Amino acid sequence: MAVAALSHPAPEAHPTSTGLNSRKMLFWAFLGSECMFFGSLISTYLIYRGRDSAGPHPHEVLNIPFTSFSAFVLLMSSLTMVLALAAVQHGNLRGTKIWLAATALLGMTFIAGQCYEFTHFFYDGLKLQSNLFGCTFFVLTGFHGTHVTVGVIWLWSLFMMAVRGKLPVERALDVEIAGLYWHFVDVVWIAIFTLVYLIQ
Amino acid sequence: MATTVAGVHAVPKSESGLWSWITTVDHKRIGVLYGVTAFVFFLIGGFEALLIRIQLARPENTFVGPDLYNQLFTMHGTTMIFLAVMPLSASFFNFMIPLMIGARDVAFPRLNAFSYWVFVTGGIFLNLSFFLGGAPNVGWFAYSNLTSSQYSPGHGVDFWAVGLQILGIASLAAAFNFIVTIINLRAPGMKLMRMPPFVWMTLVTSFLIILAFPVITVALVFLLFDRFVGTHFFVPSGGADPLLWQHLFWLFGHPEVYILILPAMGIVSEVLPTFSRKPLFGYPVVVYSGIFIGFMGWGVWSHHMFSVGLGPLADSFFALTTMLIAIPTGVKIFNWLATLWGGKIELKTAMLFALGFIALFTMGGLSGFMHASPPADLQQTDTYFVVAHIHYVLFGGAIMGVFAGIYYWFPKMTGKFLNETLGKIHFWATMISMNLTFFPMHFVGLLGMPRRVYTYPPNMGFDTMNLLSTIGALLLGASVLVFVVNFVNSIRNGKPAGSDPWGGGSLEWAIPSPPPSYNFATIPTVRSLDPLWHKEGREAALAANQVRGPIHMPPSSYWPAVSALGVTLLLSGMVFGWFVGIPGLILMLLGLYSWAFEPVT
Repeated sequence: MAVAALSHPAPEAHPTSTGLNSRKMLFWAFLGSECMFFGSLISTYLIYRGRDSAGPHPHEVLNIPFTSFSAFVLLMSSLTMVLALAAVQHGNLRGTKIWLAATALLGMTFIAGQCYEFTHFFYDGLKLQSNLFGCTFFVLTGFHGTHVTVGVIWLWSLFMMAVRGKLPVERALDVEIAGLYWHFVDVVWIAIFTLVYLIQ
Repeated sequence: MATTVAGVHAVPKSESGLWSWITTVDHKRIGVLYGVTAFVFFLIGGFEALLIRIQLARPENTFVGPDLYNQLFTMHGTTMIFLAVMPLSASFFNFMIPLMIGARDVAFPRLNAFSYWVFVTGGIFLNLSFFLGGAPNVGWFAYSNLTSSQYSPGHGVDFWAVGLQILGIASLAAAFNFIVTIINLRAPGMKLMRMPPFVWMTLVTSFLIILAFPVITVALVFLLFDRFVGTHFFVPSGGADPLLWQHLFWLFGHPEVYILILPAMGIVSEVLPTFSRKPLFGYPVVVYSGIFIGFMGWGVWSHHMFSVGLGPLADSFFALTTMLIAIPTGVKIFNWLATLWGGKIELKTAMLFALGFIALFTMGGLSGFMHASPPADLQQTDTYFVVAHIHYVLFGGAIMGVFAGIYYWFPKMTGKFLNETLGKIHFWATMISMNLTFFPMHFVGLLGMPRRVYTYPPNMGFDTMNLLSTIGALLLGASVLVFVVNFVNSIRNGKPAGSDPWGGGSLEWAIPSPPPSYNFATIPTVRSLDPLWHKEGREAALAANQVRGPIHMPPSSYWPAVSALGVTLLLSGMVFGWFVGIPGLILMLLGLYSWAFEPVT
């Protein structure tokens, strides 16, 4: 993994049995848990797909070109996240700030796109309560959006740390872990975009 | 921040007072908090069980009405599983795991405190429902669509769903912590296959928790959306399939069964070798069986749903996997028996409970094996036969294992012995009354007495056996009182225990009882599974108590407790309203940010 290859050995108070950093290990375990969370949400969506007699149906409301664009935005934010990590690992404070802010802004663009999309669906007559598509779609993508939002808050917090000069090379692990989260949320979106939007 | 620096610079001051308990990040004190709190919930759950049994003592009894009865059996199940057995196991994880792997604390001491505070506030929240419009009354597995707002208009189901979400956070945080602790904080030389079996079972349990709890989280999210927002996840009129709930719940629920029993199996695998003066027979096989159970636990969930009518293919598949999972369980039982074989057996109370565990758990396993056959299960499902089964595995299994652990490790935790005479009275009273309570349930179940019905008509052949069960339950309550008396007395004036009172072989016995706040003055090097039974043992024990240089311990912190309170208030806002949720959100954010930026040395 590109991120892992770039990383410096993280400073540790105590050496660990495996030599792996404990915080990073915890975070990987957390992501494993998140896989089951999104796995259950996506499975429910797939189980209920096509069971609605009353509309709106997916093909009537989903706007693939628009969502392709926001998916592209989110994927690009993974690139800027990698750049932010590289910058902080090289002690490049200016780069750190720029790429953290860029990642957060791309994430916010994605959220804005989702707000627009949800509003649009709402006026097309698709509500949480409309049918099974409505409830499974909104809860699945809503939880993904919530994850992106948490990530955005996290990135701005790191940005503020960088601005105050509290993000030196030794704290690169803080950015790396936020990066793990951010990439995970992107990967989940690839799964959602494929299964919900592309394969109707 | 106050830093406890032990060793050559300063000896840690004994901390006391309420504030020190709220801010503690010491795994041993958190273990004590977990244990005491969980035991209080165990008493509450037991009290609920007694009320249930009194109601069923004779036909057409009117001691409690149907509505309260529904609340009692729902809360009894929920309390015993989520607020008693799981946190009692967590108490042992907390206190013993760092000692057994030769660590100074868990990997994330503040996260550990957070887990505890979320657990206790979540447990209180769930139980508040009794006073705020009625407790949940839909059974501990809360099948839809009984849980819909149409059929359960009160707040009981909301308390249940939100309470379980809160408790899930506590379990998840603890499980992440123990996975990292066990993988990353082992003493030098302690390879994975040199970890004590209890540590292995904790690791498997923790993996089960982090993978199973997200599934019920999603199921509860759907339920809460259905109830609060009006979605149709489980509403048949909206085209939904209420079976989705059963699948999600049992996909969580069956691994949960192993989450409850594996720690007890681990405890028994520690106790039996010590009191047989023999290493655990076939240690690697016991470990692999535990791991195999952990995997297979994911492939058996639909055996809870045979009566649904999933079709012959699904029924056959889940019948086969269920029979398959009996094999590693049976392997373990044979390994325990082989550990006893030819051993120099000492019948201390801990050993008696461990032997009781084997006997009762085997009986529970046999009745469980009977359900693995769908035609038999169709006869037994929703009858008292299932109630008998679950109590043989959860009381006869998990609780007997927990008591074995308490008698075994109490000297390590407190530096004092529990009284053996009272302990043996406790054991025999438990053993006899447990069987008196639950064995007749097999028969009334096969005779067709349904579970979860508040009364039964006379002359159905149920009367005598129900009366026996009730007498047994009251005796069981009395036997718990014997334990409480013993516990309180022994803490005050128990016989002092040395560092290794039972002659155990694992690392926790190398250090003083109770252990100093830093556990090991010097982290020992491990060369075998039971170092204290080898030549290296003396050397390791000596080293473990020899201070070489300063020891830095994590500073105490109140932010975990603040964050935990915030999380609980935020989520309980779903039931109480925004005026609780918003302050909860603020408190949570304040807590988490302060926690993240708190200076730690």
